[in-house]
Amino acid sequence: MTQLTITNIKRPGSDQLESVTVENGVIQGWNLGEVGEVIDGRGGTVAPALIELHAHLREPGQTEKEDLASGLAAAAAGGYGTVVSMPNTSPVVDDPAIVQALIERADGLGLARLKPAAALTKGQQGEQLAELTYLKEAGAVMFTDDGRTNENARVLRLGLEYARSLGMVVSVHAEDASLRADGVMNEGPVSEELGLPGNPAAAEAARVARDLEIVAQTGARLHVQHLSTARALDLVREAKGRGLPVTCEVCPHHLTLTDEALRSFDAIYKVAPPLRTQADADHLLEGLLDGTVDCLATDHAPHTRAEKERDLLSAPSGIAYIEIAFPLMWTRFGERLGLEKLLDLMTAAPARVMGWPEPTLEEGAPADLVVLNLETEREVNPAEFRSKAKFTPWAGETLKGWPTLTVVGGKVAFRREG
Amino acid sequence: MTASTLSRPRHLLDFQGWSRERLTALLDNADTMGQVLDRPVKKVPALQGLTVCTAFFENSTRTRVSFELAARRMSADVVSFAAGASSLSKGESLRDTVEVLTAYKVDAYVVRHHAAGAAHLVARYSGKPVINAGDGRRAHPTQALLDAYTVRQEFGTLEGLTVAIIGDVRHSRVARSNAELLPRLGARVVLCGPATLLPPDLARLPGVTLTTDPREAVRGAHAVMALRLQQERMDAGYLASLQEYADTYQVNERLMAEAESGAIALHPGPMNRDLEISSDTADGPRSRIVRQVENGQAVRMSVLYHLLVGRE
Ligand SMILES: [Zn+2]
Repeated sequence: MTQLTITNIKRPGSDQLESVTVENGVIQGWNLGEVGEVIDGRGGTVAPALIELHAHLREPGQTEKEDLASGLAAAAAGGYGTVVSMPNTSPVVDDPAIVQALIERADGLGLARLKPAAALTKGQQGEQLAELTYLKEAGAVMFTDDGRTNENARVLRLGLEYARSLGMVVSVHAEDASLRADGVMNEGPVSEELGLPGNPAAAEAARVARDLEIVAQTGARLHVQHLSTARALDLVREAKGRGLPVTCEVCPHHLTLTDEALRSFDAIYKVAPPLRTQADADHLLEGLLDGTVDCLATDHAPHTRAEKERDLLSAPSGIAYIEIAFPLMWTRFGERLGLEKLLDLMTAAPARVMGWPEPTLEEGAPADLVVLNLETEREVNPAEFRSKAKFTPWAGETLKGWPTLTVVGGKVAFRREG
Repeated sequence: MTASTLSRPRHLLDFQGWSRERLTALLDNADTMGQVLDRPVKKVPALQGLTVCTAFFENSTRTRVSFELAARRMSADVVSFAAGASSLSKGESLRDTVEVLTAYKVDAYVVRHHAAGAAHLVARYSGKPVINAGDGRRAHPTQALLDAYTVRQEFGTLEGLTVAIIGDVRHSRVARSNAELLPRLGARVVLCGPATLLPPDLARLPGVTLTTDPREAVRGAHAVMALRLQQERMDAGYLASLQEYADTYQVNERLMAEAESGAIALHPGPMNRDLEISSDTADGPRSRIVRQVENGQAVRMSVLYHLLVGRE
């Protein structure tokens, strides 16, 4: 295997220009000179490649929205070296053969690494556990019925117990479906004024409360996905205070957008759980700062443009912006969070949630790296997206913190020229 | 010159951007249009050469007929497009549909859709003037205008009046549009219904109060409007029984007796007789329900005229 040296890069917290050499997929050392292929990092900041715990790559079955090639290319362009894909595809990832096929296909692409999550229940129907042992053996890294909510509490309990015996994390889309009802946006003054059916904050809090009680009973590891409300976050904070083995994630879109965006009636803002209020967004940011929120995840959920150009009732939920997640967070919250905290939330923290070794820049560590240009501003142009979903709420916005180089397993997975 | 007179709204989607002056002018102009309807030949050439498309993604014969007659009485060509859920379920986006229609050189749209905001999207995608003929729970502005017009016809003004709206407020675009419009014209709106059908957040609208007590709602009211109750609300659990609803919230002579002495009764139609409104009241001397339908045509002519003719 050839060597690769990235020159003119800074480590976080340092102004010194250095170089790093990688070989055989690991970091060989720092400042060894120009060994092997040389890439000029142009003064960028190097960090372990980002880790995404929550992406919908739509393969198999929905490849008009996204596929492994486009989704993992998008991830690499966003600085991600590892992506956990959600199993709500068609067919559902509830069969070890599908897990294996996904991993094999992704391996050949030379983009971000794929770590598939598998369904907790057969067909994500919430009634019968999937063959969790076989799924783990096939390479699944997490169990979740995301895209669906686990309505049957007993089945979730059994799934958690089973997963605990396998040392696996179960993640949940915490939303009480009966309380959500036909809601398509946050329930509140804006939804009532617009005449759109509301999804109450209580739908999330009630479900989180239920699930936390099951965690208390079983002692099993639970990861709560995409928290959107202040109240649900407080419940998680309280549970952590009790020592329960629970982790949670927050998505940048819930930190940067509110239900006011729905005044445009543009279905691009239709997400599940929905965009909430500014007070919720502020509270989530507080949770990031005080450590209640374990990590960031984007819930990259691509759809076709035609689907998103429907009315708000019939359009599907979800937005896709894995390519700009870091620049978005850095531009909006870089000052409040600081670089080290933000990088932790997008690299080491997701690894901790999964029980993986923490990524580092040390000699001998896996050569999954990203070089970020923290200064240069650049406009978001969805036409350049690698994702098939070439639209975003932030089109035309000026962001900084763009990845210029992503290395996965010692090989270049993405490089931005110019 | 105020900003509102400078910028003339291009669409009637809801009442955002519509000043009191402009709304009053619209209602004044409906008087003139009403005179056309009283003539033996009920036609003027105001919209000659223009094509109005009634795009109904949700069925409503009454509203469509009212708009189409209004357009034809001003000599517009009318093309009507009726899409069930079918073409959209085939994967066509609302945008695709609108772009096809716009390629037919339509000059304005009248849009009815089951989803709130759909008329806004048609306006965005077509670039042509759009009149919202009812979008989900959001708005039905010409209905509110004809309601306001009918009340104004009765009392000469809307200033200082109280209008009580009783029934399924939650799912009612008529209630929302009236709650937006009437306070702009100086009237107070009281929204009333069972708690399950009365979203508390609507109390934040200016000039609007809420109550679950129909007696309290009609006290001091100059007009009392009953909203249509969809029978399926009972199956969805909003109501215990239709009988209980009718006993509590029906607009009838007993309730009307507690309103102002000259109070009138309104209903946006079509009525469930003896459910949300008693036949006595619907057919009685206080009823202006037939007048509402008549006024609807004149008001819609005025709206079409306002949006399509004499733009600066
Ligand atoms: Zn989810």
